[in-house]
Amino acid sequence: MKCDRCDRPAIVHQVIISGGEHTEIHLCEVHAAEAGVPNPGKQPVNKLLAKIATPTEPSAIPSCPGCGATLADIRKSSLLGCPQCYDTFEEAIGIMIESAQAGGTRHVGRGPGGAESVHAKRHESRRLVEELDRAVQAEQYERAAEIKAKLGRLSEQQPPTSGESL
Amino acid sequence: MTSHERTGQAEPPDLDVVLTSRARIARNLSGLPFVHRATADQRQSVISRVQLALEPECCSETTTWVDLESVSPLQRRVLYERHLISRQHADQQGPRGVAVAQDESMSVMVNEEDHVRMHALSPGLQPHACFERVLAMDKAAEGAVEWAFHERWGYQTACPTNAGTGVRFSAMLHLPALRLTRELEKVRHAAKDLQLAVRGYYGEGSESSGHFYQVSNQITLGCTEEELLDRFMSTIVPGIVEYERSARQALLRRDRLALEDRVHRDLAILRSARVMKVDEAMRRLSTVRLGVCLELIPNVALDCINGLFQMIQSGHLQQQAGKSLSPPESQAARAELLRQRLSG
Repeated sequence: MKCDRCDRPAIVHQVIISGGEHTEIHLCEVHAAEAGVPNPGKQPVNKLLAKIATPTEPSAIPSCPGCGATLADIRKSSLLGCPQCYDTFEEAIGIMIESAQAGGTRHVGRGPGGAESVHAKRHESRRLVEELDRAVQAEQYERAAEIKAKLGRLSEQQPPTSGESL
Repeated sequence: MTSHERTGQAEPPDLDVVLTSRARIARNLSGLPFVHRATADQRQSVISRVQLALEPECCSETTTWVDLESVSPLQRRVLYERHLISRQHADQQGPRGVAVAQDESMSVMVNEEDHVRMHALSPGLQPHACFERVLAMDKAAEGAVEWAFHERWGYQTACPTNAGTGVRFSAMLHLPALRLTRELEKVRHAAKDLQLAVRGYYGEGSESSGHFYQVSNQITLGCTEEELLDRFMSTIVPGIVEYERSARQALLRRDRLALEDRVHRDLAILRSARVMKVDEAMRRLSTVRLGVCLELIPNVALDCINGLFQMIQSGHLQQQAGKSLSPPESQAARAELLRQRLSG
């Protein structure tokens, strides 16, 4: 995810709910410092988790259906309870991962099943979309047409991705 | 003369500064809680499934499976001192184990922080070779088990700081000259800026001992495995190796006699002492290792010194003695071992 004020990766993410209005702020290290927002990436993981997982209303905190862990448990151990925790606490964990991983927002490495897997093809699609953007910006239209053709061939090979724009 | 020269094998690269390189892959089985929330039965099930999936790697004639729940604390300590398991794996409770290759070039920890942590180890700076071996192991297992995988976050690990690739590269660096010239803080700062962690002799949570420092990537998400390896190899690690070599040459240029005196004095103490604590032995062996690498000491083999860093640890001394040793007995046994191994 990019910074609201420049093209650098955002490492500070804030959600402000005021008067029913929901506002999201995403800032890079430089603009976060300018705005006086502390950079969570500079803090140890357990402190990050503690900050994210501090419950304001204990009764409203869900537990993971996979393992029963709550955010309070995660805060205490600095560990997730099971793979399903990643989805159950997606927002809180997502903020923490991005901070701990210096702004990394998505896995781009290997996946199960090798080069022919759905994961590998989706990954290749994302890479090609980024390459297409760069080609268009550089006004390399022949190159852009080649990339578009590759994208077309790839999309014929893979099932549609729910909730994910390529 | 090193063992490689004796056997005619190629010398591992950068052995003067890099003791070992390592590649690690963390994986968890899908559909099961992570280790710290798993029941004993679930942990046992992880062991059975992983042993089956990694049968050629874990159960071959050249590999030993160690059930850490049933072996003695001393045996666990020896494995820890040999860097085959972590302190956490040695000390925690419940069903857990490790598969260790006979030549110790590979180990698979089962039920540590994650269900599976596969490691490959090579002498010198060879992370590419380590990665190839550990990746082959991962691919072999993938055919038999389903790893927990998330479309966005990649391979799911108990601590999200390992999520994504689950891959960590590390090198155990010997940096006595940078320590002596007080340049080590610069290395720490440079490593931090490049998202590399600098840890002690036994990895996470440990202090430096014998001027050994373990450098590893902190980032595991947002880059491919190859990019992580490339960054590790093309940025700071070769830079630190060259920096240490320059510092060694600077020490020689500045006052060769003082350095020779220090190296020979430490060797003489190691050859004569009757009692020695482990910290002192590590420190003096480190100086001697520096002297061997700079060819200031004839007739002492580098692999002898490298081996001693492990053999002088208290677990190894107790195993050698075949009995439990009190601290004073350990200190005496350590000094005796050093005298024997380093006798001119």
